[in-house]
Amino acid sequence: MDHLETARAMFGTTMAFHIIFATLGVGIPLMVLFAELFYQKTKDRDFAVMANRWTKGFAVLLGVAIPSGTIAGVQLSLLWPGFMEVIGEVMALPFQIEIYAFFVEALFMSIYVYAADRISPWMRIVSLSLVALGAVASAILITNVHAFEGTPAGFRIENGEIVDVNPWEAFFNPAFFTTAGHVVVSAYTTGGFVIASIAAFKMMRQPVGSRLRRFHQKALLLGLIVGGIFSLLTALNGHESAQLLHEYQPEKLAAAEGLFETQDYAPLAIGGFTDRETEEVKWAIEIPWALSFLSGNRFDTVVQGLNDFPEKWWPPLYVHTLFNAMVGIGSLLILIAAGGLGWYKFIKKRPFPKPLMGLFIASGPLAVLAIEFGWIFACTGRQPWVIYRMMTTEDAVTGATQLGVLFPLFGFVYIVLGIAVILVLRFYFKKHPVQDEIDMQE
Amino acid sequence: MSDVLIAITVLWGFIFIYSVMATMDFGAGFWSLVYINKEKTNATNIANRYLSPTWEVTNVFIVAIVVALFSFFPGATFTLGTVLLIPGSIILLLLAVRSGFLVFSHIAEEYRKPLTYISGVTGFLIPGLLILVLPVTHGNYIEVRNGVEQLLFGELLTSYHAWSFIGFAISSTLFLSSLLLADFSNHADEEEAYKIYRRDALLLGPATLLMAFLVMFTMRYEAAWMYQGMMEQLPYLLASAFAFLLAGLFLYLPLGKRKLGWPRLAVIVIVLQYLLASYAYGRAHLPYLVYPTVTIEDGFTNPDAFRALFVSYIFGFAILFPGFIYFWKLFMKDKRYAKQQKSGYSK
Ligand code: HDD
Ligand code: HEM
Ligand code: HEM
Repeated sequence: MDHLETARAMFGTTMAFHIIFATLGVGIPLMVLFAELFYQKTKDRDFAVMANRWTKGFAVLLGVAIPSGTIAGVQLSLLWPGFMEVIGEVMALPFQIEIYAFFVEALFMSIYVYAADRISPWMRIVSLSLVALGAVASAILITNVHAFEGTPAGFRIENGEIVDVNPWEAFFNPAFFTTAGHVVVSAYTTGGFVIASIAAFKMMRQPVGSRLRRFHQKALLLGLIVGGIFSLLTALNGHESAQLLHEYQPEKLAAAEGLFETQDYAPLAIGGFTDRETEEVKWAIEIPWALSFLSGNRFDTVVQGLNDFPEKWWPPLYVHTLFNAMVGIGSLLILIAAGGLGWYKFIKKRPFPKPLMGLFIASGPLAVLAIEFGWIFACTGRQPWVIYRMMTTEDAVTGATQLGVLFPLFGFVYIVLGIAVILVLRFYFKKHPVQDEIDMQE
Repeated sequence: MSDVLIAITVLWGFIFIYSVMATMDFGAGFWSLVYINKEKTNATNIANRYLSPTWEVTNVFIVAIVVALFSFFPGATFTLGTVLLIPGSIILLLLAVRSGFLVFSHIAEEYRKPLTYISGVTGFLIPGLLILVLPVTHGNYIEVRNGVEQLLFGELLTSYHAWSFIGFAISSTLFLSSLLLADFSNHADEEEAYKIYRRDALLLGPATLLMAFLVMFTMRYEAAWMYQGMMEQLPYLLASAFAFLLAGLFLYLPLGKRKLGWPRLAVIVIVLQYLLASYAYGRAHLPYLVYPTVTIEDGFTNPDAFRALFVSYIFGFAILFPGFIYFWKLFMKDKRYAKQQKSGYSK
C-alpha cells in the first residue's frame, strides 16, 4: 500500500469501528426513552426493567463510542491536515456546535446513570431526553461536514487561497438536511432492530407462554414498531439522497447504478457486479425506465453515465454492489417489520414461526451492515475527491510518513476494545438476569 | 483586545481547564489503583466516586481543544497535524484503552482489579505524553524534509527538556489529584482517606515545585527564546510560587477547629497558582504557535468565520452553564453522593 492508501485505510477503519458504537449511541437512547414513556403510560413494570437494562448496555457502548469518536476527530487533523485547513476556515461551525452537543450528552448521561436515585422521575425523563437529543445533534452536525464534502458551498478557491468565505452558507449546504436526515433515521432503524434481534434471540430460549418469553416479546414488538417506522422513513429519505446525487454528484450515481452511457428511459440494475470491460452490470436484474424515474420522477429524465466523465474522476465501480446491498437490506428490514407486526396483529394466537424468528434475529446485524455499506459507499464513491471538485484526497493527506507502523497499532486496539466490550456485556447480563430484576420490581 | 488575542485566550483557557481537569482525572484513576488493596480506608472508593461521573465531561474538553485549534487557527493545522502524528496517535491509543477499561471496570465487578490496573496504568502515562506537545512547539525538534515538516521523535525523547516536562506532568498529576481527593474525602467525612491523600499531597507538592524549576532550567538551554519570555513575566511566576506556598500552608497548618488543614482553600489557591503560571507561560509563548514558523497572526482564520464562531461560543456556553451548575451540585456538593458506598452501575 502506498502512503495515501494507508492513510485512507487507516481512517476508514477508524470510522468503520466508531460508527457501530456511534449509531447505537443514537438509536438506543431513543429506545430507552420509548420504554420509559411506555412505562409511565401503561405502568407495566416490564418497560421500566427494559429501560434500566438498555441503559446499562448503552453506558458500556459509550465507553467505546467516546474514545473512538475522539480518535476520529483528532485523526481527521492528523491524517488530513490539508482538508482540515479548509474545514477550519469554512466549515468550523458544525464541529464547534457539536462540542456543545457532546457536553449536553456527557453531563446528562452521568446524571441519568449516577444520580438516578436522587432525582425525581420527571427529571429522569428530562435527562434522558437530553441524552438522546445530544446524541442525535452530534450525529447531525458531524454528518453535515460529510454533506459539505459532497456538496461544498460558501467559499471559493482562487490560486490556492480560500476566498469569499460564508460560514452559514457552508453550514446550510445543499445536501445538509437530506443527508443528516438519512443518518438519523437509519440510526433509529438500527437501534430498533438491534433491540428486536436480541429480544428474539432471548425468546427462542424460553418456553412458549412463560413469563420471560412474554417479557422479551414486548421488547421485540417495541423494536419492530420503531424499526419498522424508521426503516420506511429511511427508504423514502434514501430515495431523496439518490436524487440529490443525480443533481450534484452525477458520476457517483452513475457508479452506484453501474451506468456507463448517458440516456433517458434509463433502466435500473439491481444486484450484480459492474464490469469495466463490457461496460455493463453482470448478473443484474434490469427494470426498464426505473432509474430515470427514480432520479427525476419522470421516465424521460436524462441520467448521466460514467463515460461523460474523465476516467480519473470515476469512483471505484464496486460501489454499485455496496449501494445495492444497503438498499436491499433496507427493503428487507421493512418487510421483516411488516411481517412480524402483521403476524402479531392477525394471527396472534400462534407464536411466531421459526423462520420469522430467524429473520428477526438477523435484522439487527443486517442494519449495522447497511450502515457500514452506506458509509463506505458514500465515502469511497466520492473518490478521488475529499471535497467534491475542490480538493483531491491526495492533496489533503499528511506529509508525515510513519503511517505503516501506526495502522496496525490502531487495528489492534480496536480488536481489543471490540472483544472486551462483548465480553463485558455478556458478563454483566449473565450476572444480572432479567428474572432478578422482574422479581425486584414485583 | 484584538480578534486574534481573543481566539488564543479562548484556546488557552480550554487548555488550562483541560489540564487541570485531566490531571485530576488521570491522577484519580492512578490512586484508585494504588489503594485498591486497602479495603477499609475507602481511598479507592473515593477516587472512583469522583472519577465515574467526570471522565466523560473531561474528555469533551480534549475534543474542544482540537476543534478550537483548527477552527481559530486553520493555518497552523498543517504543521501541527503533521508533526504531532506520532505522539498524537500514541495518546489516542492510550486514551481509548484507558476510557474503555475504566468503564468496563465499573461494570464487570469480578474483574475489577485487572481492569482497574489497565486503565490506571494507561491513564498514568497519558499526561506525560500530552505535555510533549509543549516542547514540540518550542521548535527544536522539527525539521523540514522534502518540503514537509517532520518531527524528530528520537531527538525529542532523548532531550533533557522533554524529560523535565514529562517529570513535571507526572508529578503535577499526582499532586493535583491527591489534593483534590483530599478535599473530596474531607467533604465526605472519610477521615482515613483524607489523611492518606493529604499526606500524598504534602509529599508531592515539593516534588512538583522542583520539577517546575527543572523545566525552567532546561528551557534556558534548549529554548532560550521561551526562557527570556518567561523571565519577562517574572511577577506572575513569583506570585505563582507564593500561591503555591500559601496552599501548602493551608493544607499543613492546624487552623481553627480543624486539626488537619483546610483542603478546600488549598485547592482554590492551587488552581489560582496554576492559572498564574500558565498565563506566564502562554504570554511568553506568543506570538508563536510553533516556533519559529507559525505565528498566531498568520495561522488565524478569516473575520467572518471568527465572528460566527465567537457568537456560537457565547450562546453555547450560556446554554450549557445551568447544566454544569446542576452537575456540580449533584456530584461535588451533594454529600449523599460523596458518601455513597457503591457506584451507580452496580445497583
Ligand atoms: C440502516 C442503515 C441504512 C439503510 C437501511 C439505508 N441506508 Fe442509505 N445510507 C446509510 C444508511 C442506510 C448511511 C450509513 O447513514 C449513509 C452513509 C452516508 C450517509 O450520508 O448516510 C447512507 C447513504 C446513502 C446514500 C448516499 C448519499 C451520498 O453519497 O451522499 C444514498 C443515495 C442512500 N443512502 C440511499 C438509500 C436508499 C435508497 C435506501 C433504501 C432503503 C437506503 N439508503 C437504506
Ligand atoms: C461513520 C462512518 C464512516 C465510514 C465507515 C467512513 C468510511 C470511510 C472510508 C472507507 C474512507 C476511505 C475512502 C477511500 O479511500 O476509498 C473514508 C474516507 C474519508 N471520510 Fe469517511 N466514513 C465515515 C464517516 C465520515 C464522516 C462523517 C466524515 C466527515 C466528517 C468523513 C470524512 C472522510 C474523510 C475526510 C476521508 C478521507 C479522504 C477520503 O478518502 O475521501 N467520513 N471514510
Ligand atoms: C468523521 C466523522 C466523525 C467524527 C470526527 C466524530 C467525532 C466524535 C467524537 C470526538 C466523539 C466523542 C465525544 C466525546 O468526547 O464525548 C464522538 C462520539 C459519538 N459520535 Fe462520532 N464522530 C464522527 C462520526 C459520527 C457519526 C456519523 C455519528 C452518527 C451516526 C456519530 C455519533 C456519535 C455518537 C452518538 C457518539 C457518542 C456519544 C457522544 O456524543 O459523546 N459520530 N464522535
